[in-house]
Amino acid sequence: MSSKILLTSKEVDIILHRLACQLIEKHNDFSNTVLIGIQPRGKYLADRITDLLKNDYGIADINLGFLDITFFRDDFRRDKTLEANKTQIDFLVEDKKVVFIDDVLYTGRSIRAALTAIQSFGRPGEIELLVLIDRRYSRHLPIQPDYRGRQVDAFNDERVKVQWKDVDAAEDGVYLISNPIH
Amino acid sequence: MKELSVNHLLGIKYITKNDIDLIFETADQFKEVINRPIKKVPSLQHITIANIFFENSTRTKLSFELAQKRLSADVMSFSAAQSSVKKGETLIDTVNNILSMKVDMVVMRHSDPGAAHFLSRNVKASIVNAGDGAHEHPTQALLDSFSIRERLGEVAGKKVVIVGDVLHSRVALSNIFALQMQGAEVMVCGPKTLIPRYITELGVKYEPNLRKALEWCDVANMLRVQNERLDVNYFPSTREYAQQYGVDKALLDSLNKEIIIMHPGPINRGVEITSDVADSQQSVILDQVENGVAVRMAVIYLLASKIK
Repeated sequence: MSSKILLTSKEVDIILHRLACQLIEKHNDFSNTVLIGIQPRGKYLADRITDLLKNDYGIADINLGFLDITFFRDDFRRDKTLEANKTQIDFLVEDKKVVFIDDVLYTGRSIRAALTAIQSFGRPGEIELLVLIDRRYSRHLPIQPDYRGRQVDAFNDERVKVQWKDVDAAEDGVYLISNPIH
Repeated sequence: MKELSVNHLLGIKYITKNDIDLIFETADQFKEVINRPIKKVPSLQHITIANIFFENSTRTKLSFELAQKRLSADVMSFSAAQSSVKKGETLIDTVNNILSMKVDMVVMRHSDPGAAHFLSRNVKASIVNAGDGAHEHPTQALLDSFSIRERLGEVAGKKVVIVGDVLHSRVALSNIFALQMQGAEVMVCGPKTLIPRYITELGVKYEPNLRKALEWCDVANMLRVQNERLDVNYFPSTREYAQQYGVDKALLDSLNKEIIIMHPGPINRGVEITSDVADSQQSVILDQVENGVAVRMAVIYLLASKIK
């Protein structure tokens, strides 16, 4: 197993600021927008972006929620059972602009599940997708991000791993993990 | 990724502590789902489930049906009339009926202990035991423990007394297994005529005096007097039973700590507990019902995920 660094902690920081600014350009004061982190890993990115928006860019009230998609997956009974994580959406999404936030966009199936799952909370006005890493050319479905941190080309058996400071490691970092067979 | 260690839920004695933890973690998420505006998830839309109840039941049957429908499964329920239940023969007929209907999962309640076990050996479907005679009622024990965990944080180390007709109670036996597996201490309390002779061999204490039992415990699970199973007079009169083993508000308030009151239902108000106890804030009886749907959703979801 070899591990190659794709984004250093400084590069991640710059990208997070850029993504936050792009969100502000589109959504202004976020009065009609909600951010939804896709569990389990999108939660950390959503938290970091919300912190930046609040502390560095002065956006006062941001509606942030977390959505678990385990029960809406399309691979039930075909694969292993995954553990469900917490869903916490304490506001209405009816007519709001929803931004899904996830760390890595790969096949797009998680986002398909999220699109169905969010309907349990109302009918969103619009839905956009923000990802830190876009594994382009790996999509199984016609789903593309509206905001992307970095595009990455990777083989199917490689893994793109995002590590967050204070959660997984001492510093932020994005790594490409491949098998020694290559 | 985790999965259950069993392909059927026949009884608590066949599952492990890890299974219980997995069921509870999953039930936590389903409890959130059933509080959403749209209370449905599509996971089981390709699964057919048959609910076969040979004994009368309203709440368990409704609870299972609701759980299955919230998972988007196709559900068929039928109750066999009391008169057609004969030992052995009708069960074979049932087996053949199910085989030809090709259902994926069967939830069955039957008056013969071991009926669900028999079905699991003869039918190619996932079996959930909704109560087999006086033997086990695993989903009830799971929702009881889930309710204790919700109210008190955890089950380990807690003292639970089961009060009443333990002799005829599948709820009691399943609860004893489940509570002990999670590290709780269990006591039974009731008239000697309604307590199985060798119950202490299971590692539970026996206390004939209700007040002492309630002073000892953190949680009291009050069982219903099962008049339909009493073939002889196990106690002189209902009034005497209520006086000795019924809980009223005065008794509850006189204890040196606040205990939790549970009841699997349906309640004989004024016999096992009085109305003011049933409706008090120490009672988790209605939470048990809500948790029952979430726990059954978790069990059915986890068993269904193993059906290939």
